[in-house]
Amino acid sequence: MLRRLFYLLLVKPLVLFLIGLNVRGREHLPNSGPAIVVANHNSHLDTLVLMSLFPQALIPQVHPVAAADYFCRNRWLKAFALNIVGIIPIDRRPSARDGDTLAPLLTALDQGKILILFPEGTRGQPERRGKFKSGVAHLLSKRPDVPITPVFFSGLGKCLPKGEFVLVPFFVDVFIAPAIAWNGRRQGFMEVLEQAFDALQISADKPGCDQG
Amino acid sequence: MTSINLPLSVQIAFAGIALMLCIASCLSITLQHRRPECDYSELRQRVRTWWIIVAVFAVAVLINRATSVIVLGLISFLAFKEYLSLIPTRRADHRVLFWAYLAIPVQYYWVWAGWYGLFIIFIPIYVFLWLPMRMILIGETQGFLRAIGTLHWGLMICVFSLSHMAFMLVLPAENNPGGGSMGILIYLIFLTEINDVAQYLWGKSLGKRKIVPKVSPNKTFAGFWGGVLSTAVLAVLLAPWLTPLTRIEALGAGLLIGVAGFVGDVTISALKRDLGVKNSGSLLPGHGGILDRLDSLTYTAPLFFHYVYFLHY
Repeated sequence: MLRRLFYLLLVKPLVLFLIGLNVRGREHLPNSGPAIVVANHNSHLDTLVLMSLFPQALIPQVHPVAAADYFCRNRWLKAFALNIVGIIPIDRRPSARDGDTLAPLLTALDQGKILILFPEGTRGQPERRGKFKSGVAHLLSKRPDVPITPVFFSGLGKCLPKGEFVLVPFFVDVFIAPAIAWNGRRQGFMEVLEQAFDALQISADKPGCDQG
Repeated sequence: MTSINLPLSVQIAFAGIALMLCIASCLSITLQHRRPECDYSELRQRVRTWWIIVAVFAVAVLINRATSVIVLGLISFLAFKEYLSLIPTRRADHRVLFWAYLAIPVQYYWVWAGWYGLFIIFIPIYVFLWLPMRMILIGETQGFLRAIGTLHWGLMICVFSLSHMAFMLVLPAENNPGGGSMGILIYLIFLTEINDVAQYLWGKSLGKRKIVPKVSPNKTFAGFWGGVLSTAVLAVLLAPWLTPLTRIEALGAGLLIGVAGFVGDVTISALKRDLGVKNSGSLLPGHGGILDRLDSLTYTAPLFFHYVYFLHY
């Protein structure tokens, strides 16, 4: 309940008015779970903007996947991240990789949830895409029927880059591609995914993007 | 304020605008029916968006001063955000841009308070001197001049110029017995938009010789003169209803709005051409961005304001 109000009263007005979106391909977003949405990651705003793209009724089904070491580093942040934002925390330490790391995600998918994943793993350099980690391929190899939808953001790294806490409004472009199906090979699948993002990025690149 | 307190001329003005939009809607629907093979969806969308613009404008001028200032301030905010999203900005200037945004509520506060002295010098002097100082505190000198120049130009166009529209509403109503406090703003916006349309129509029907081929290849001398003269005629006809201007002053105002509207239009065109974009944004379906619609007003609002202010306030 609190979570729905948070998105309705705080996040949606913030995203729609203060930031302002140009969305292309909104129809490609999944309208029911289980499904995975993957996006490039430049800012904390990425999660909030993605959540705001879903209809209000679907919000209880959608969960961002986030790093436990970052979001559970103190009690208040943890309570906020888990209950209000609705993250599913995962342990990204190498020792905990594979089976255990993905278990909560597999459970969520089996419950028909829509997961938001940032395969870069971290926000990184503003407005620059880092190399994708293969966790998403591991996940799909275990649940091959789940569709995966690529979403590319351009401009959010300007609004609220890593390390800044002052939000500066800019119009942001959001490009959504049709869902990709699992092709059975981990390595090959990550290549297909990277190519889908390259294509979205090319359609996004135009003069006026950050040249800092 | 209820509609009973509105000057009759303002009520007639809004009724007239609504009637014109009805005609435009009917025309665009009829065209589509007559020629189903052509695609008029952009025209339809354009007219539909016009209805929304007029509705927002009605809210902006008809309720009370606080509402007017807030709505017009938000329009400045959207225009400035659109501008900043188009131009290249330096990552180092993140905080500076935040300060630039803060100038918007402050500027519109001066308007709300009717504080003419600060309204007129705040952005051209205080913000102009403060933002480069803030940049220097950050210390990034690479691209300094371009960064501060583009930032301040944007503030002047999107905030300082456009805030003159809001200040028209706080000028003393008793100086304008015909139109009350909102008469001159309605006059300005109506003539500016009609001028855009008239220049387009004259250019389409008679235009040959190009006036600024490098910036805006579709603009012609015939369009320009036809538009300016049509606007001047309308300006003289409408002036006694909405403004304190005499007939000869109204002729001057019409010529001023006609010429300045053209210059504002091509200035924003030059900006878009420089940045390699067709539209400044996608906020107004069928029109493009908000700057695409406000382009002429960035020039006509301050120039017409000071013309009337000098003559009658």
